Amino acid sequence: MTTQAGHPSDPERQASVLRGADPAAEVQAQREPAGAPASRGTVAQVREDLRGLLPEEAVLTDPARLATYECDGLAAYRVTPGLVVLASRPEHVAATVRACARHRVPFVARGSGTGLSGGALPHADGVLVVTSQLRTLHEVSGEDQRAVVDPGVINLQVSQAATPLGYYFAPDPSSQQICSIGGNVAENSGGAHCLKYGFTTNHVLSLDVVTPDGEQVTLGTRAPDAPGYDLIGAFVGSEGTLGVATRATVRLVRLPEDVRTVLAGFDDTDQAGAATSAIIASGIVPAAIEIMDALAIEAAEAAVQCGYPEGAGAVLLVEVDGPTDEVAHELAEVERICREHAAIELRVATEAADRAAIWKGRKSAFAAVGRISPDYIVQDGVVPRTALGQVLRRMSEISAEQGVRVANVFHAGDGNLHPLVLFDGGTEGETERAENVSGMILDLCIEQGGSITGEHGVGSDKARYMPRMFTDEDLDTMQLVRCAFDPDGIANPGKIYPTPRLCGERPGRHQGAHPLQETGVAEIF
Amino acid sequence: MELADILGGACPVRQAGPGDDVDGVMPRVVATPGSTEQTAALLRTCHQHRLAVTTRGRGTRLSWGRPPRRLDVVLETTAMDRLVEHAHGDLIATAQAGLPLADLQAVLAEAGQQLLVDDLVGGGTVGGLVATNACGPRRLVPGAPRDLLIGVTMVRADGTVAKAGGKVVKNVAGYDLGKLLCGSYGTLGVVTEATFRLHPLPEATSWVEADVPMAELAGRVAAVRHSQLVPSALEVDAAPADGDGTAADRARVAVMLAGTAGGVRARTESVRGLLGAGAQQTDPRWPFRLPGDDRTAPRTSQEPADRPVLLRMTAALSAVPELVRHATAASVAVRGSAGVGVLHGRLRGSTDPADVADRVQRLRRWCTAHGGSLVVLDAAPHLKQAVDSWGPVGGLPLMRRVKHEFDPAGVLSPGRFVGGI
Ligand SMILES: Cc1cc2nc3c(=O)[nH]c(=O)nc-3n(C[C@H](O)[C@H](O)[C@H](O)COP(=O)(O)OP(=O)(O)OC[C@H]3O[C@@H](n4cnc5c(N)ncnc54)[C@H](O)[C@@H]3O)c2cc1C
Repeated sequence: MTTQAGHPSDPERQASVLRGADPAAEVQAQREPAGAPASRGTVAQVREDLRGLLPEEAVLTDPARLATYECDGLAAYRVTPGLVVLASRPEHVAATVRACARHRVPFVARGSGTGLSGGALPHADGVLVVTSQLRTLHEVSGEDQRAVVDPGVINLQVSQAATPLGYYFAPDPSSQQICSIGGNVAENSGGAHCLKYGFTTNHVLSLDVVTPDGEQVTLGTRAPDAPGYDLIGAFVGSEGTLGVATRATVRLVRLPEDVRTVLAGFDDTDQAGAATSAIIASGIVPAAIEIMDALAIEAAEAAVQCGYPEGAGAVLLVEVDGPTDEVAHELAEVERICREHAAIELRVATEAADRAAIWKGRKSAFAAVGRISPDYIVQDGVVPRTALGQVLRRMSEISAEQGVRVANVFHAGDGNLHPLVLFDGGTEGETERAENVSGMILDLCIEQGGSITGEHGVGSDKARYMPRMFTDEDLDTMQLVRCAFDPDGIANPGKIYPTPRLCGERPGRHQGAHPLQETGVAEIF
Repeated sequence: MELADILGGACPVRQAGPGDDVDGVMPRVVATPGSTEQTAALLRTCHQHRLAVTTRGRGTRLSWGRPPRRLDVVLETTAMDRLVEHAHGDLIATAQAGLPLADLQAVLAEAGQQLLVDDLVGGGTVGGLVATNACGPRRLVPGAPRDLLIGVTMVRADGTVAKAGGKVVKNVAGYDLGKLLCGSYGTLGVVTEATFRLHPLPEATSWVEADVPMAELAGRVAAVRHSQLVPSALEVDAAPADGDGTAADRARVAVMLAGTAGGVRARTESVRGLLGAGAQQTDPRWPFRLPGDDRTAPRTSQEPADRPVLLRMTAALSAVPELVRHATAASVAVRGSAGVGVLHGRLRGSTDPADVADRVQRLRRWCTAHGGSLVVLDAAPHLKQAVDSWGPVGGLPLMRRVKHEFDPAGVLSPGRFVGGI
């Protein structure tokens, strides 16, 4: 995990001038040193407001208990929240957010806290709204191919409840045994099978949301094509910056008739990558295509004895699913292509237990790497699939030049890399070198027309890279959505965007005044 | 100075003439920018003068939605008709907004690929596809255009050019503005380029069709939906029994299969079994047409003379067969995806505005009660005046705020969208 310590900068705390009719307060806000405008209230005020509205035990103030929420899955960033609310009803969320809005106190939503980009990193002067106790499965219907669930419901529970009916929830992040649907929605999570079945955003029909002013709103309907803007499309993947999801209606997908998993060993990642391209070019859309390089295999082997092909410099894991006749054909194609690309060993698993054995090494990869290196940074860059070979070669050059080991595990089918940059934080200078290599890898992805994150989100961790991928105008345009939902910037501030602008402010070169200015309600000082 | 002179510095501009109206509202000029830069220059000037702009592709769905409240400039995208990139190894393509979909598909097909959308009206452009998010039977597996769009270049009302997404299929960096633009009817910005995820053309396809008694529709449709045959489309079609207020007593069901030759052959037989006696392998055109539209050539422009009342009705999947019955009883011909839960409808019978409004309202109540919605996509102007096109819209105040942020002066197609947006 990255070693960036402490509190990320928090520029939008200053961005609170336009709201509120008290000009004196605004003037004072301007005079305050950066960091804490007087117009922001305190968590103590929020706490007072919540008395009587929430059960006492739902509001945590004990420092020891608060400290247990100091980080998410990216433990290098730690901040103890000012207050924690354990919501067990949507109304608790709404009451809390309303109180935060009243005092303009930041709030951060949190599900299971497995996020890998510091998205649920709390604010010291803010409220952490934990949705993990909202965990009712309201409806799981095969007839309607949908489930209606609370945000704290665990991803895998949805599929477990749907399996007896012959259905499942397609997005399957590796963390699916613990991550929550609310977190999946906020991060637009995917999994190994999203190559064929899409990400969370392709599976959400309707959302109940508490907006940053504390309103409870239902977006979408329980059928597709609801009238109006696709606000679900904007909300999914917004990392908690547009409000808190309190209920989701998601699509369920029919379980496939047949599933086969192929494990192929190759001399190196180049060959495994070429085989991947050939499989895709043949017109097959596999359910999953994963690659691990030698270092990742070594780590997995040491940790879980997955028994991957001896001496392989790379393994390719391909899963095909669907109607039996189609699967048989695709499987034969995949085997043929792997052989053509000089696979040194080929295994096919049909039974669930055998498939699980093949997946075991892949699924253990992150944790396994943790055993061969004291510290590591997980990156999540994406490149066009055809650039994979070139990018991997360049990555190993960087690794050699910088003297930093990089293990590679990736979703090859969609070009989503998870380089694990290994280092020992205890050794002078290693942390910096590892971070430097991480940054170079992201630059490499951007150069190739790719992305800095395929599924882990931007969060606190990658906000500073956003300007490398997007222009000021691009970021400014995304901020318009933010301003529509959250003009005071209290919903998970400091995440995604490095320097959010003041809502209502038109950047210098644009013309026309903000309506609040035009009507004399507020001035920009 | 003439308007054409003011705007002429940005891009080619001509005086508006017959056929340039947007749903009956005449613009003053038609501007035809040839690039994103020209679009930006044009919109910047329009914004300075607070000129109202409606974007037009080839106009095939321009009358959908409400007529604009105000209109000065029609911005036509047809001069931006290039395929910018087709990275076939990556299964992605970037096209300019004015590129006709059919042309795009022809180029992709040469590489054995396709953009997996259907243009039910015919003759549409890439930009129009995004603006209306309209699609057809084959959305069952990959989803709607919003699910296939991975990157977008847009010009905002004030001329600011912005991109979102990119050209990789997996990307969660920043808000997904592409989704917000899908189905926004040009009220948030002008899309000048769009990047899509593509799919391989299948080796083989087939259709199985059956004419089933209404009483058996639910069972047959459910059997196909719950099968593991992975149909590429599951369509229903029913027409009202001559306007006497009784529901249709039969419906057509059609199932599309796609995949390998051997696999499709086997699955075709299985589907025939599920659809019951009389099910046949056919090559139907109707799933690719709106209800009541039996033309053979694609339509290239609006035909205002005969504008049917066109509905889009949705409901929870288990309620779709009942919706078919219910709609036909209200003299609505229906056609659409029973696998997705989205049907198009064409209102028949009386064209008395009050009567139409009443029937729409009643059918809408039913759809809403069954988890869906009803939108009046199109109707003759005097009928549009009488009906509520959108019905209840969850999150409308938020939508207004989004519109206000993107277009504070309200110059992009004002009034065309929900809630007067
Ligand atoms: C071992 C491991 C493997 C992983 N594998 C994958 C993978 O394969 N694919 C993948 O995509 N991710 C993966 N992740 C990342 C992570 O599990 C996902 O991002 C997951 O969706 C986060 O869910 P959560 O409930 O833990 O959210 P949290 O970490 O609690 O929160 C994540 C973000 O969502 C926001 N949020 C949480 N709940 C809500 C809500 N109700 N409303 C609004 N915003 C909310 C938070 O503010 C935060 O910004 C992995 C993580 C780990 C630790």
